[in-house]
Amino acid sequence: MNKLKLSDLEVAYRGKTVLRVDKAVFEHRKIYGIVGPSGSGKSTLLRAMTLLEQPAAGRMDVFGTVVDLSSLTHAKGLPLQRRIGYVPQKPTMFDSTVFDNVALGLRYRGTDRTAIRSLVTEALELVELGHTAKQRAHTLSGGEAQRIALARVLVYQPDLLFLDEPTANLDPYHIAIFERVLKAIQQTRDITILIVTHNLQQARRLTDECLFIHKGRIVENGSTEAFFTRPKSPELQDFLCGRMIY
Amino acid sequence: MLMTPEVWEVVWLSLKVTTTAILLGSLIGIPLGACLGLYSFPGKRLVIVLIYTCMGLPPVLVGVIVYLLLSRYGPLGSLGLLFTPEAMMLAQVVLVTPILAGLSLSAVQAKERAYWETAKSLGASPLQLVFTIVKEARKGIWAGVAAAYGRAISEVGAVMLVGGNIEHHTRVMTTAIILETRMGNFTAGLQMGLVLLLISFLFNSFLVIGVLNQLKTGRR
Repeated sequence: MNKLKLSDLEVAYRGKTVLRVDKAVFEHRKIYGIVGPSGSGKSTLLRAMTLLEQPAAGRMDVFGTVVDLSSLTHAKGLPLQRRIGYVPQKPTMFDSTVFDNVALGLRYRGTDRTAIRSLVTEALELVELGHTAKQRAHTLSGGEAQRIALARVLVYQPDLLFLDEPTANLDPYHIAIFERVLKAIQQTRDITILIVTHNLQQARRLTDECLFIHKGRIVENGSTEAFFTRPKSPELQDFLCGRMIY
Repeated sequence: MLMTPEVWEVVWLSLKVTTTAILLGSLIGIPLGACLGLYSFPGKRLVIVLIYTCMGLPPVLVGVIVYLLLSRYGPLGSLGLLFTPEAMMLAQVVLVTPILAGLSLSAVQAKERAYWETAKSLGASPLQLVFTIVKEARKGIWAGVAAAYGRAISEVGAVMLVGGNIEHHTRVMTTAIILETRMGNFTAGLQMGLVLLLISFLFNSFLVIGVLNQLKTGRR
C-alpha cells in the first residue's frame, strides 16, 4: 500500500507522443532521482504527476487510491493535489510577504490562524530563513526564493514531494542547505520524494534510486549505487560518460 | 453658482448612483473577466470579442434598451423603476460591466501562467484560484475600476433617458449641466462641469497610480 504507482502514462502534444511510461513504482520514504538529457520528458513526467499537465492516458495509484489522470478535472483532482508538493526550477512568489507566501497552502486547506502561525514559523526555520517572515517575497534572492518555495510546500506536510531541477540556479551554499533539508525530511516524515536533476553528483549523493529517461521513455532504473557504477543500457552508459549526442 | 444644498444633492446623487453601479458591476465583471483569463472553454473567443465590443457601447443605446426594458409594457415594467435612481444605476451597470470584465481579463492574462500553476499546485480550489489571481492582478484591476468610474460618472445619455432629470429625484451632475446650459446659465453649467472634472480627475489619478505601480512591480 505504501507505494506510488504509475501505469500506462502517455503525454502527447499536437498528436505526437512525447512521453510514455508503461509502469513505474515509487516506494515511501525514498528519494528518487530522475535524470536524462534535455527534452527527454523528465519535467513532463513530473508535471503530469503533479496534475499540471493533462496526459492523453495514464493511471496513478497513490497509496491505494487509483486515479485516471487523463480525465481528472481541477475540482475532482483537488484531494490528490493537496497531497502533493511541487517545487519548480524557477519559483513564482506572490506579491505579499514571505509569511503569506508560505501560509498560502494552509489557507487553501482552511487551517486555523494559530496553527498557520506555528506551522509557517516551523517551516521557515527548517529552511533556515526564519528571519525573512515579514520581508516582501519579491525582494528575496534567487537562492532564498527557492528555499521559501520548498518551505511553502513542506508547511502542509505533503505525502509526495516533486522537485523539478530545484537547485539548477543556486550557488553551492544554497544547494547544501536545500539538500540538507531534503535529507532531514526524508528521515523525519512519511514522504516520497522525486527530484529531476541535471546534476549527476547531486543525484548520486542525495537519492536512493534513479530513473534514466531518454526520448520519452524510462530506459533504466534501479538503486543509485548500481545506476552509477553498473549501468546496463548503452544509452545510460553514454549519458554518464558524457558521450550522449542528442 | 455656489455649493448650495441643491447642488450638493445633485453631486451626492451622482456619486451614489455611480458608486453603486461600480460595486454591482465589479461583482459581475471582475470574476467574469478573471474566469475568462484563467479557464478555457468552447466559445471563449466569441465571449471575449463580445465583451470588447460592449466596452465601447454607446450610452444612448444602453439608455434606449434599459428604457424599453423598464417601460410600462417592457419585460421589467412591473418593477416600476423607470425614472428612478435605480434605473440609472441599472443603465450604468450595463455600461461598466463589460469595461470591468475586459480590463480584469487583460490584468489576469498579464500575470504569467506560472502564478496560476503555483496556486493550483499548492492546492487551491477553482474558486480559491480565481481569488488568488485576482488578488495578484489587483493593481491592473483597480485601474479598470477607476476607468469604469470615470466613464460612468461623466456619462449623460443613458441616465437622461432612464432617469428623466427630475429635480430632487433623478438629477445628476451631467443632466444638470445640460439643463443649465439649455437655460442659458453657462456659468452654472461650467461650474458644475468643473466639479465633475475634479471627481473624474481624482479617479483617473488612481488609474495612473495603479498603472504605474503595475509597471513597477513588473520590472522587479
